[in-house]
Amino acid sequence: MSDGTKGTGGTKGAPGNGDTNGTGGVNGTGAAKGADGVNPDQDLNAQNLPGQRGDHGEVIGTRRGMFGASGGGDTSGYGGLVRSVRMPGATSRPYGGWFDEVADELEGALDEQGLVPENVIEKTVVDRDELTFHIEREYLPAVARTLRDDPALRFELCTGVSGVHFPGDKGRELHAVYHLRSITHNRLIRLEVSAPDADPHVPSLVSVYPTNDWHEREAYDFFGLIFDGHPALTRIMMPDDWQGFPQRKDYPLGGIPVEYKGAQIPAPDQRRSYT
Amino acid sequence: MSTSHATPRETTEGTVYTVTGGDWDEIAAAAARTDDERIVVNMGPQHPSTHGVLRLILEIDGETVTEARCGIGYLHTGIEKNLEFRTWTQGTTFVTRMDYLTPFFNETAYCLAVEKLLGITDEVPDRASVIRVMLMELNRLSSHLVAIATGGMELGATTIMIYGFRDRELILDIYELITGLRMNHAYIRPGGLAQDLPPGAVDQVREFVKKMRKNLVEYDKLATGNPVFKGRMQDIGYLDLAGCLATGATGPVLRSAGLPHDLRKTQPYCGYEHYDFEVPTADTCDSYGRFLIRLEEMRQSLRIVEQCLDRLAPGPVMVGDKKIAWPAQLAMGPDGLGNSLDHIKKIMGTSMEALIHHFKLVTEGFRVPPGQAYAAVESPKGELGVHAVSDGGTRPYRVHFRDPSFTNLQAMAAMCEGGQVADVIVAVASIDPVMGGVDR
Repeated sequence: MSDGTKGTGGTKGAPGNGDTNGTGGVNGTGAAKGADGVNPDQDLNAQNLPGQRGDHGEVIGTRRGMFGASGGGDTSGYGGLVRSVRMPGATSRPYGGWFDEVADELEGALDEQGLVPENVIEKTVVDRDELTFHIEREYLPAVARTLRDDPALRFELCTGVSGVHFPGDKGRELHAVYHLRSITHNRLIRLEVSAPDADPHVPSLVSVYPTNDWHEREAYDFFGLIFDGHPALTRIMMPDDWQGFPQRKDYPLGGIPVEYKGAQIPAPDQRRSYT
Repeated sequence: MSTSHATPRETTEGTVYTVTGGDWDEIAAAAARTDDERIVVNMGPQHPSTHGVLRLILEIDGETVTEARCGIGYLHTGIEKNLEFRTWTQGTTFVTRMDYLTPFFNETAYCLAVEKLLGITDEVPDRASVIRVMLMELNRLSSHLVAIATGGMELGATTIMIYGFRDRELILDIYELITGLRMNHAYIRPGGLAQDLPPGAVDQVREFVKKMRKNLVEYDKLATGNPVFKGRMQDIGYLDLAGCLATGATGPVLRSAGLPHDLRKTQPYCGYEHYDFEVPTADTCDSYGRFLIRLEEMRQSLRIVEQCLDRLAPGPVMVGDKKIAWPAQLAMGPDGLGNSLDHIKKIMGTSMEALIHHFKLVTEGFRVPPGQAYAAVESPKGELGVHAVSDGGTRPYRVHFRDPSFTNLQAMAAMCEGGQVADVIVAVASIDPVMGGVDR
């Protein structure tokens, strides 16, 4: 969607919930299609729509309607609202503060090893005063080793790995997020790698940061991320014979309805909820 | 040689099988032929000195531990998954139950992450931050008291145990006065606190600081110079600086290796840069050093609590943003804590908009812009990190807790292998793992 069409559609006022760089993506009147007032999926690609809220960042899903509740009838008039959910996108230089210094040192050190930084670092994101390097997964151990050993970088402490599952981020559904702390320079950065659901392999960092042993087992246990090179990748929290990976988004929370003061309270994932 | 199968026999209670396996004789004979005393022992998961349901799998040769491994997960309750099905505010009710000995640290770390995502870190009122610091430092005291008390009990020093729990009780009384609960408080909320300090809280904390100063001396007298205590603790659970960094150990374990790394000093949060305190270290790398560090940290915590009381100035305890802050302070009614009658009168009687707003905020919650944030606090056990991801909705998309107990427990094998079985207990106690935090 191009920004050039911004402002041509929106007959309804855009809701002002922190919208800074777009018009809120309110759809047109819907007169062209869909007489019922709800736009079908393909409307997202139509040319006569206003710009989405920022056209950068990775799309991880879409949100429909104004209030997030589904299943009820739309009495608000906002039922046709379609917005894409985007994570903060790539940042261009300068990143500000010591971020540039770390990025320069890392790129320089990778160059020395004969690696092309553009191939290794998919993108760099600066958001909420935090620096994130998105790394191509096959280069992760090399990058981590460089970050640990280079005297100008010296990220000696890894605080483990956190898995995140984005079913809507096609081709890169599973993310592994590492936070590295430099005690020497008093800095904290984040590394992020992604893997598709169909091929959930990420190189293990245990050889660089032995502390990741249990953390990688945990991420495997809950997300099914397979860390190649881990000395003993087994389940750590769930029983050894457990089926499935509980913290993936397609894995149900479970639970049973409970009676409370005469009323049936549905299980937490069955209740009316808002997104 | 007996028969190689079990023979059934009918009784009034049902069928009884007499097991007389043939191969057991062979196994016993084979075991008798080898002259080593190598056996594998399961210590736990139900063992009084394993801090909850921790299972230690020890391969021992006589009294020497040749290999040690942990089995964890017995207390896994799926808190991280559950968070994804509640609002951001309800999250504090869950995270406070992770490491149940450090509830205020869990709550603060979580709230700092949510506030970072919301971009309101600087808008949290001073009074809220001061009360957060005060509760965290009281919590550091109560957590270290349990560590020292149970650690002492595991050595057979029951007096230390009694002293520790006696003093912890004083702190739990303060919690109860301020939050209404002895544990699982959910008192610290994204944006500030659930409510202000009740009347009398400041006086009670002041009274406590005075009393605790006197009581702390008793631990010194009882344990610090005690030859039996030192004999059991010194050079036990050895882990040097390289070992700490490799295994990711933080907190007293790291500081006992001589590195004065404390997030309160290096990456201050909640205004820690305004407080005057020392970061104690030791260079012994052993359990005794960790004990001394905990003792000194308790003294420093008392100093910080005192400074908090002096810094407490009247003011709000919640951000001013009405889209985040719940519309009313709670008040004590005849049926317990609830919305104040004034607020109910307003929303039910005079303002339809206020009623709608209240209803939407409480049932639906607030939205958090998409993105991710990492917030870390120095818990009594080390770096407690929270990685929170939002997809722009009213519920957390993913929250991961990097619990220091979980990470530090990995160092158990390095501390115990090659030592005596009895010293495993001392080494594990010096890590001070809490399984609620390890398994989450």
